[in-house]
Amino acid sequence: MSLDALFANPLLLILAIPLASAGFLAVLPSWRLASWLNIVVSGTTFAASLTLFAHRPAPTRLLFIDDFNVYLVALTTFVGFTTAIFSAGYIARESAAARLSDLHLRFYHSMYQAFLFTMLLALSANNTGVMWVAVEAATLTTVLMVSLYRTREAIEAAWKYFILCSVGIGLALFGTTLVYLAAQPVMGDGADAMAWTLLIGQAAKFQPDLLNLAFVFLLVGYGTKVGLAPLHAWLPDAHAEGPTPISAVLSGLLLNVALYALLRFKMLIAANPDTLAPGPLMVLMGLSSLFLSGFMLMRRGDIKRLFAYSSIEHMGVMTFAFGMGGPLANFAGLLHMTMHSLTKSGIFFAVGAITQNLGTKRLNEITGLTVSHPALGWGLAVAVLAIAGMPPMGVFMSEFLVVSSTFARQPLLAVPLIVGLLIAFAALATRLTGMLFGEPQPAQRGHGGRTGLSSWLAYGPLWLHVTMVVVAGLYLPAPLVQWFETVAKMLG
Amino acid sequence: MSQQFSYDIAHLIGATVLMAGFGLLYQRRVFAVLNTFAFQAVALAAAAAWQAHVQHAPHLYVTAAIALLFKAMAVPFALHWLIEKLGIHRTVETALSIGWTMIVGVALVALSIMLVLPVTAAASALTRESLALAMSVVLLGMLMMITRRNAVTQVVGFMALENGLILAAVSAKGMPLVVEISIAFSVLVAMTVFGIFFFRIRERFDSLDVAYLESYRGDRS
Repeated sequence: MSLDALFANPLLLILAIPLASAGFLAVLPSWRLASWLNIVVSGTTFAASLTLFAHRPAPTRLLFIDDFNVYLVALTTFVGFTTAIFSAGYIARESAAARLSDLHLRFYHSMYQAFLFTMLLALSANNTGVMWVAVEAATLTTVLMVSLYRTREAIEAAWKYFILCSVGIGLALFGTTLVYLAAQPVMGDGADAMAWTLLIGQAAKFQPDLLNLAFVFLLVGYGTKVGLAPLHAWLPDAHAEGPTPISAVLSGLLLNVALYALLRFKMLIAANPDTLAPGPLMVLMGLSSLFLSGFMLMRRGDIKRLFAYSSIEHMGVMTFAFGMGGPLANFAGLLHMTMHSLTKSGIFFAVGAITQNLGTKRLNEITGLTVSHPALGWGLAVAVLAIAGMPPMGVFMSEFLVVSSTFARQPLLAVPLIVGLLIAFAALATRLTGMLFGEPQPAQRGHGGRTGLSSWLAYGPLWLHVTMVVVAGLYLPAPLVQWFETVAKMLG
Repeated sequence: MSQQFSYDIAHLIGATVLMAGFGLLYQRRVFAVLNTFAFQAVALAAAAAWQAHVQHAPHLYVTAAIALLFKAMAVPFALHWLIEKLGIHRTVETALSIGWTMIVGVALVALSIMLVLPVTAAASALTRESLALAMSVVLLGMLMMITRRNAVTQVVGFMALENGLILAAVSAKGMPLVVEISIAFSVLVAMTVFGIFFFRIRERFDSLDVAYLESYRGDRS
């Protein structure tokens, strides 16, 4: 392929940058340079993804961009960029503490870009098979990063993550094959019967029974990756034991990608009038995730696990919203996806800084942050209040929309939803007061506070995300609203 | 060659893969598990080659070759070597007795036949039965992962599950090449990852029993 083709289609460029960087960073000896380069290339990818809004390339056999995935591509590259900034500060401290060797760091940066590539490929693939391969590759890259510290817990977490998600992804492949078989009599043999852009127009003619069976496999398969209860067992461990920047992108981005895959298939099922409604299954799994994580939040002792369970809760809320369907609930689900990504990755930036500053992950050893580290403590306070669903932040708005649209259509379902949200809120609020106030910890174990560049790298991305979430709660720009509405209609 | 004949052969090979799936469930020694897995992979290679012949789809020969060289030879050899090198104990530890596992396995096969045959009425007969067989193999692989405790047997269970997936993919007429190659490739990568894991798990735990890992869960509040 010539370079002209690369520049003619921005999508190819967006995929080529992280892929090439993954290769280059693997051979670059200096990790310090690599961490800066990581920021630069992630920033470039983000800039390139913005051009998609101005000029949308025509769909090809393998790649396409439509209203739905363009915003997820932009969100993914944005959070990938801010996490790269946070990661530079984080990595410098880990290396100073000799927790990671130079070789591990080189590997880390290379895998970070490879991970971004697989996610972007999964989002923009115009072929159900390519999408599956990309999600599988995303699992592999993250497994390697979760096990980066080589501790007993990290290896256990990575092993569990790998086994559970591989089985999940295997079932998703079976579902993908079934969808192909359902489409093949209508679309003919070959790649056409796997292309999203072609499938969606013909979905009404596919065999409904086969689609039903396929959806069960896809829900269980990709649902494992989304972290829906009762398939969530890998998620808290993987978040807790890996490096914190990875926890941020796992929660903020990878879960979204898996949910995106599920929603694409749901669109196909919904376009066929004779299939079973996928909604009730999704509503059930969403509610069970919400309840399970609500109660688990109550008795966590580890700060990273606490927020991992909070991610399960929010993925549950989204799945619930998309399961309800209809323009309003879908709108709420999409908004919640965005808000959760921004808030949760912000929270993990704060968590990473806390664990390094204080040298502990135990919640009962984290106290008095507002006194000892004001910029960090208050940033965390706003972010956690946002994720707990306090007005006026963005998450409150989307949760409010989910609740009110449920009330309008199925009042009985709204009751467990509200109870679940309140349990989670109460759990997070009690944990938060413990962390913020009280006697500050003597900083003999950790590195203490940060100054200069180091503090900008650590707290800058946190405050950027927090500001965006607060602003989105107060004022959502009209074009954005319009565009969420269009996508909500697409989702049916 | 009549069409009926080509169906019969395809079903015969598919059923062999399934029987090997049952074979995996009643082995008591790890090496026997590996041999049975190698046999299943050979049967899978034969199934893929037969589909390549019947569908006039030469690319499926590649899938067959990968199954034969990689899954039937390289992987069992590698695992064999690992077990000897690391001194992993060689008896299969069961979480559910072998008798009950077989009964559950039979129930799972019945379930997949009852699920798949009615919903694929419109698909060609070749695809229909192969799909039912493939789904049975997938479910048996999952059953093995659930009921066997050692990490090695769990990995073999996972690969048996993948065999079922590939059986489904080769039976789906005209499914594009991209997917099959990538599947095989993913398995390759997955295997390397597994290999690395083995070494590390051995380094830290002196046992590959996954239940042993459970006690080190990092969250005690």
